[in-house]
Amino acid sequence: MDFQVVVLAGGNSKKLTPLISKDVPKPLLPVANRPLLYYVLHQLRESNLKDLIVVVEGEDAALHVGSWISKTFVDGLHVKIAAVPEDIGTAGALRAISHHLTAKDILVVSGDLVSDVPPGAVAATHRRHDAAVTAMLCSVPVSGSLESGSSGGKDKTKKPGRYNIIGLDPCKQFLLHIATGSEIEKDSRLQKRILHAVGQMEIRSDLMDAHMYAFKRSVLQEVLDHKDTFQSLKQDVVPYLVRSQLKSEALLNGISQAEENGNEKLSSPNNQVLDSKILANASTPSFHELYSMEPDGSAQTRKTHKCCAYIASSSSYCVRLNSIQAFMDINRDVTGDADHLLSDTSSDRDNIIGPSPKLGSKTTVGPHCMLGEGSEIGDKCQVKRSVIGRHCRIGSHVKIVNSVVMNHVTIGDGCIIQGSVVCSNVQLQERVVLKDCLVGAGFVVTMGNEYKGESLARKEK
Amino acid sequence: MGAQKKGATARVSEDPEELARNPLQAILLADSFATTFRPITLERPKVLLPLVNIPMIDYTLAWLESAGVEEVFVFCCAHSKQVIDYLESSQWSSQPNFSVATIESHNSISAGDALRLIYERNVIHGDFVLISGDTVSNMLLTQALQEHKERKKKDANAIMTMVVKQSKPSPITQQSRLGTDELFMAINPVTKQLLCYEDKAEYSKGFISLDKTLIADNPSIILHNDKQDCYIDICSQEVLSLFTDNFDYQHLRRHFVKGLLVDDIMGYKIFTHEIHSSYAARIDNFRSYDTISKDIIQRWTYPSVPDVLCGSTAIKVERQGTYRASDVTLSRSAHVGSFTFIGQGTKIGNDTKISHSVVGEGCTIGSNVTIEGSYIWNNVTIEDGCQLRHAIVCDGVIMKSGAVLQPGVILSFKVVVGQQFVVPAYSKVSLLQQPTQQDSDEELEYADSTSGTGELQSEKLNGDIAPDLSETASELGTGGVGYIWSVFEGVQDEEWRHSVAPIPTDKLVKLMLDEDEEQLTQDGNVLSASGELKADSDDNGSEDENNEDSRDDYVFFEKEVEATFLRAVHENVKVDHAVLEVNALRLSYNMASVDCAGAIFYSMMKLAVESPHSSASELHKNAAEMITKWQKLLKSFLHDIDEEIEVILKFEEMCLESAKEFAALFPQVLHLLYDKEILQEDAILRWADEKEGADESDKVFLKRSEKFIQWLKEAEEEDDDD
Repeated sequence: MDFQVVVLAGGNSKKLTPLISKDVPKPLLPVANRPLLYYVLHQLRESNLKDLIVVVEGEDAALHVGSWISKTFVDGLHVKIAAVPEDIGTAGALRAISHHLTAKDILVVSGDLVSDVPPGAVAATHRRHDAAVTAMLCSVPVSGSLESGSSGGKDKTKKPGRYNIIGLDPCKQFLLHIATGSEIEKDSRLQKRILHAVGQMEIRSDLMDAHMYAFKRSVLQEVLDHKDTFQSLKQDVVPYLVRSQLKSEALLNGISQAEENGNEKLSSPNNQVLDSKILANASTPSFHELYSMEPDGSAQTRKTHKCCAYIASSSSYCVRLNSIQAFMDINRDVTGDADHLLSDTSSDRDNIIGPSPKLGSKTTVGPHCMLGEGSEIGDKCQVKRSVIGRHCRIGSHVKIVNSVVMNHVTIGDGCIIQGSVVCSNVQLQERVVLKDCLVGAGFVVTMGNEYKGESLARKEK
Repeated sequence: MGAQKKGATARVSEDPEELARNPLQAILLADSFATTFRPITLERPKVLLPLVNIPMIDYTLAWLESAGVEEVFVFCCAHSKQVIDYLESSQWSSQPNFSVATIESHNSISAGDALRLIYERNVIHGDFVLISGDTVSNMLLTQALQEHKERKKKDANAIMTMVVKQSKPSPITQQSRLGTDELFMAINPVTKQLLCYEDKAEYSKGFISLDKTLIADNPSIILHNDKQDCYIDICSQEVLSLFTDNFDYQHLRRHFVKGLLVDDIMGYKIFTHEIHSSYAARIDNFRSYDTISKDIIQRWTYPSVPDVLCGSTAIKVERQGTYRASDVTLSRSAHVGSFTFIGQGTKIGNDTKISHSVVGEGCTIGSNVTIEGSYIWNNVTIEDGCQLRHAIVCDGVIMKSGAVLQPGVILSFKVVVGQQFVVPAYSKVSLLQQPTQQDSDEELEYADSTSGTGELQSEKLNGDIAPDLSETASELGTGGVGYIWSVFEGVQDEEWRHSVAPIPTDKLVKLMLDEDEEQLTQDGNVLSASGELKADSDDNGSEDENNEDSRDDYVFFEKEVEATFLRAVHENVKVDHAVLEVNALRLSYNMASVDCAGAIFYSMMKLAVESPHSSASELHKNAAEMITKWQKLLKSFLHDIDEEIEVILKFEEMCLESAKEFAALFPQVLHLLYDKEILQEDAILRWADEKEGADESDKVFLKRSEKFIQWLKEAEEEDDDD
């Protein structure tokens, strides 16, 4: 498939402090003992999408990520790492690497997506409709709904959150309306023109834009060039394309076609339309085509482009790691219900309990737990629904529940850790009690301290 | 009547099981409360107008009977006598298991009035079908009724089921094939609950807006632009009492349905039932008259077709949908084309061509006449060489030889068109003069004021019309009789939309171009707005307008509240009643209780200023009295701090603008409001905080009341210390 994939891996996210730092950029944040970026790259490889550009914020982070990728994905993936400045937004990042884009279609994936939805299916949907943009939509994740969860479960309301308001055509193929961010709190304003053309629109608030888009490259580049204020794909570019799908004269007029013809890769535009029709197996024209016809059914007068939606089945797993809560949820799910995300044939397969950890006597490790390689646990410990990284030293009489402990952590005797995240190289001295805490990398908690709901981190030097 | 009433109340009190066995009832509104069929409806009620040679009401009644309705109450208002006489002489008066009773009113001006009157009569004992007498349908009610009953059992608030049908409006004219304006309905796809109903949505221009709470409450909503409201409603008894409670509900859709959808206090719900293969449509204007006539001739409405309704002996259906009564005299050289109805006793001359038309009973049509897509009622005389295209010709019209009707012409009863005269397109011609008091006021649009006057005029006409008409004869050519109604400004452009004639192509082309142009301008808006980052993706222009509108609304609302308040003061209305009235105003103007508080306070202070006083202290006394007396009214709209702050802001505004005399008294009155526990100290302090950052000029009153606020703060601290 002539698809180029851009993985927007990000770098620094304020929402995730103190979990990430200069040494551990967001793409490398361990989730169930694997760097976050692994999940996306793995899915891409499974879908046979191998021409990748990984965009990382900041040069240092890019180096870290690059070395990890070259270690892990030696075979099979053709990866280019591109470093972009921080805080230029997703659209800005794409603009910065625009000159690398050469394929006909571009798949843009957020690097923090943990999902089992095959990206190839999104790409195929995009191709089938010859769409300008195809967005992957998934059901809104139920956050913090762990039955016995003491971590974030209790303060969450029962109602699932709303991330987007999405308008779909009756066949649920086309994206007719999308609202994100603050817009969803306002009254929705739906374009009558689109409604007229389609007849009926289904408005869903239980779907989420998963930030996986397939773009037609010519369209994407043109939008990025002409709308230099657009910062975000999700909030600016995609809504703009959806909004203007029935009046895209400003966009695709001639330019794209000329460019495409110049490219010589493609057959003539007419053939393309034909191809897409055959692929879509459509005997009846879509509303876009109907709309662009004159009433007498002759030549096309109005320029339109298609915005499609790929709706992931409700059973598939799809969460973005963009908050601490999501981090906890994903760790829990990946070791629990969604453990199929981990089962693969790659070399460093983690068992639920790794090959070499040493468990002391009378220590119990409950289900939905993960123990990394080379970690040692002392006597009479309890580990429940938690992830423990590599080479950790855990003393005796330690209780770890609903928590994430990263690599090289030392935990003294008699510690109790509940609903907390303990980053790499942390030292917990004896009888430390942590409840709903975040402990940043390298922090030392002195003996006997008790913390509740706090975020502990070393001062940046 | 009294006895019946007693019986009815006794029955209502019986248990639900008993109620279920009540016969199915229907209310048939034999008055459209609209003027779309003028001038014809000045002389004959709309429900008695022939639709393919049978009065409309017969279609409706036949459907009701076939759908299992046992008791129909026909509500007649305009020309009630004609309706009653017709029903008495018709087959409907003597049907077994199907009773038709009439309810007459002379002063109802809307469907709302009608339903209120029916409620008073206390004749409806359970679920009923609400329908107007111009509806043609063949749908089965059983399923819809069952759904309605089951929903009602589960949720007592599900009081109405509306029947809708698929019908995509034309993408160019944005109107349905029935000529009705486009309709937007938001429906929950699972429960079928109706969430939003917009039939006149043009004010929001290129957008339709959905309330955020709807989206929050329903994970999935389908917004339909492709459904048609069939105006067949299955209602529970509560609907009638709701009309009585809300005396300002007039129009079934515009007020009642929208009112229920907006009102979240009572929580009443409306549901929809979609029909797929059966037919249901209402004749709302001339275009739907044309469309539905064609549907009937093409037998979409079976069994509501003329040969079945009249008994199959009298009318023969021939090939290509030609209906011919038994004793038509047809010249050999006359050509009757497809989809045409020819009524009893009609004579048609040589070389006359008729197609896609309906010709009533006892008509005489000469030679070389061309009739196309027209509706000719009974006893019409058309002389040689006339041409009719897409026209409606009422009873007793005489067209002299060579007269021509251009598309869209309506000739009302007994009009005479002179020789060789060409009636221009879309003219409406009547023997009656156009009522002059008509204005574009919406109230009048559906308040058919013709009920009395029309009949009076026609009686007068029957007496001696000659002197009147001689002078106007020229309007319709030599020997012509009748007035051509002038078309009002503004309506003119729209005339073609609802006419019997098909929409001319040049109009369509123009519309297309207009739309494209509008698109371009709109695009400009959208593009520029979205270019400047997303923070304000609303185009600013319309935003301002909206603000403007809401400000206007508020001004009207304030005036209304003031009037209500003054009335309360002068007539010594009880506070509770005043609260009710203000609440009603709030609902009808769609205001929040913040606005009410502001408006009431404004009215109180205004009255205080206006009542005689000579000094500031007297004014203070006035205000104190006013506040003491009406504090309960004010308090009932002060539910939280925001509303209290609004009161302070309002007061500030008054001191600056309308009632400067209060300016000096600002702190005193503030203190007074605090003492009377109308304002909590939190509200005052919050107000002070908010003002802190304001311009110097805005802080005048803050400074004046500094002392008081200081005192409040200290008091609070003391409290805290305790």
